[in-house]
Amino acid sequence: MLGFIIQRFLQAVVVMAVMSVIVFCGVYAIGNPIDIVIPPEATEDIRAEAIRRLGLDRPLYEQYFIFVGNLLQGDLGRSFVYNIPVLELIGGRLPATLELVLISVVSATVLGVSLGIYAGYRPDSWVSKTIMAVSVLGFSVPSFWVGLILILFFAVHLGWLPAGGRGDTVEIWGVAWSFPTLDGLSHIVLPAANLALFKLAMMIRLARAGTREIMLTDTIKFARAAGLSEATILRRHLLKLISIPIITVFGLELGSTLAFAVVTETIFSWPGVGKLIIDSITVLDRPVMVAYLIIVAFLFVTINFVIDLVFALIDPRVRHGASA
Amino acid sequence: MTEPVLSVKNLSTHFFTRGGVVKAVDGVSFDLARGEIMGLVGESGSGKTVTGFSLIGLVDAPGRIVEGSVKLNGTELTTLSEKAMRTRRGNEISMIFQDPIATLNPMLTIGQQMKLAIDAHERLSPQAAEARSAELLTQVGIPSAKARLRAYPHEFSGGMRQRVAIAIALLHRPAVIVADEPTTALDVSIQAQILFQMRDLARETGTAMIWISHDLAVVSSLASKLAVMYAGRIVEQGPTATLLRDPRHPYTAGLIASLPAMAKPGTPLTQIPGSTPSLLSLPPGCPFAPRCDHADDVCKTAPALTMQGNRGWRCYHPVGQDAGVPA
Ligand SMILES: Nc1ncnc2c1ncn2[C@@H]1O[C@H](COP(=O)(O)OP(=O)(O)OP(=O)(O)O)[C@@H](O)[C@H]1O
Ligand code: SF4
Ligand SMILES: [Mg+2]
Repeated sequence: MLGFIIQRFLQAVVVMAVMSVIVFCGVYAIGNPIDIVIPPEATEDIRAEAIRRLGLDRPLYEQYFIFVGNLLQGDLGRSFVYNIPVLELIGGRLPATLELVLISVVSATVLGVSLGIYAGYRPDSWVSKTIMAVSVLGFSVPSFWVGLILILFFAVHLGWLPAGGRGDTVEIWGVAWSFPTLDGLSHIVLPAANLALFKLAMMIRLARAGTREIMLTDTIKFARAAGLSEATILRRHLLKLISIPIITVFGLELGSTLAFAVVTETIFSWPGVGKLIIDSITVLDRPVMVAYLIIVAFLFVTINFVIDLVFALIDPRVRHGASA
Repeated sequence: MTEPVLSVKNLSTHFFTRGGVVKAVDGVSFDLARGEIMGLVGESGSGKTVTGFSLIGLVDAPGRIVEGSVKLNGTELTTLSEKAMRTRRGNEISMIFQDPIATLNPMLTIGQQMKLAIDAHERLSPQAAEARSAELLTQVGIPSAKARLRAYPHEFSGGMRQRVAIAIALLHRPAVIVADEPTTALDVSIQAQILFQMRDLARETGTAMIWISHDLAVVSSLASKLAVMYAGRIVEQGPTATLLRDPRHPYTAGLIASLPAMAKPGTPLTQIPGSTPSLLSLPPGCPFAPRCDHADDVCKTAPALTMQGNRGWRCYHPVGQDAGVPA
């Protein structure tokens, strides 16, 4: 088990190193930020001074090593545009995205898995057919459109829920959160639902397919032959046996939604990192882009690492390194 | 004569598929006495497994028992509610399957799986449940049973996994065990070990067994009586020794002739020509007719069961009757 953790940890470190190179070079290749941060009427001297101050006169590899050196000390540079530390800038936005994404992915998973198990367990009932219709809808309707419809219906037409913003927030550990207040929660509902719809559809499919497959196996027949009740079979056998792909997708979704909740954040004016990165790309605020991508890579690697640990925890075959 | 523990009368299980009605089990009858082992033999697709599932009340849709009676210790099972049936499954009648790799849950320890099977029928303290589980594992020949309760299925060999499955099936000392080819997937040597261990267990505990197999040689070393199944029907049944020595049905005779032990040295093994008919389009009359040397016009109507003492067969032209004295 310890060997497994160490091995996965080293893998994660290598991935992060490779990612930092790719991100740095990729972003370097896009446009020249000098044209944006310095007014066109500035003199050559001011221009040269700015280039030196930003370190843009050094060779690429030197810039990279300075970047990595700073990175390891927790310094991701200063935003060209806002002129404050990037970490502060992103850190101020991350909690908003974090709470929105966690709430939407977790509820999509809990609801989707329950509905999917039901649909797989009773594939011929009309309830299951309705569930599957919802899942087809969730897959095929574009997210921005759903967002607009949600606003039109619940915010404009019914007036039940606010159309945008974070609402009241509470400070915990020096960070502002919306979820502990009723007003904040009411602001989260619509964007979370918007983000969750696609994931809900996917979780339903995944759980249904797993359930249908597992229910036909000898493991389930044998459990029935031993006289186990259906409830026990679902709880103790089925749930474990379908969990691996569900946890995998949960991790992937968590990572990718954290990174790319842009559309929903824009529609609901949710002040998260998605909006920040879009703004930074349009003005070529390179430190913000680099830091953002590094943080996203770090989130992905961390999530994958945790997921691997969870696998080892629930599946003895992974834990024991068996191939079966 | 004592009351049989299991009495099956005219049992029919049909599958109502898009393509038509599959009569997987069609009028099967037999009795099983306490501790008795019956071999149920037949080719692939003859309905052996469906018979087993019908007995424990686990026929999958689109199938269902359409007719007949299954009496276990005097209780009619076919009309029981699912809830009442569940309290008997694994308790009074249990079943084990062919592939021990597939039957156990890879993500639960052996002890957890045995505990689930115990909890399904009894309230036992964790200590008592563990003691019972270890006792059963020891009985089926698993060394250092207590420690093995914490192991996962993948830490066992195929033969050992099948022993675990058998132990689970025996947890509540059922009156009847349906064993659906439990040794087919195993090495021959392990197969023999398990076979004889099961026979001894049946003897000691008084558990009756239905041993399903397509291999007549395996079954006849174990079972005191045989039922030969063909296209959903039992075409011949009786004491093992009698059937082997003096079969009546041409199909039974064919099976016996194809046994390696029966062949004269140097001659090729006899095979029954043709293959199992599709149960969807069974011709009226004797289902064996297309493959039978003795078939004639009478065989175009289904042959009824002919009983003679403790044996019976379904054939208009039984073999061996002119030649020998019936046993
Ligand atoms: N779910 C089902 N739907 C339709 N037909 C079925 C179903 N299950 C079984 N059958 C049919 O019932 C017949 C008997 O099948 P069964 O599994 O009992 O055969 P078997 O004697 O156990 O064969 P084997 O030696 O291959 O295990 C087969 O022809 C099969 O096609
Ligand atoms: S009834 Fe006729 S066809 Fe059927 S086995 Fe007997 S002789 Fe052959
Ligand atoms: Mg079978």
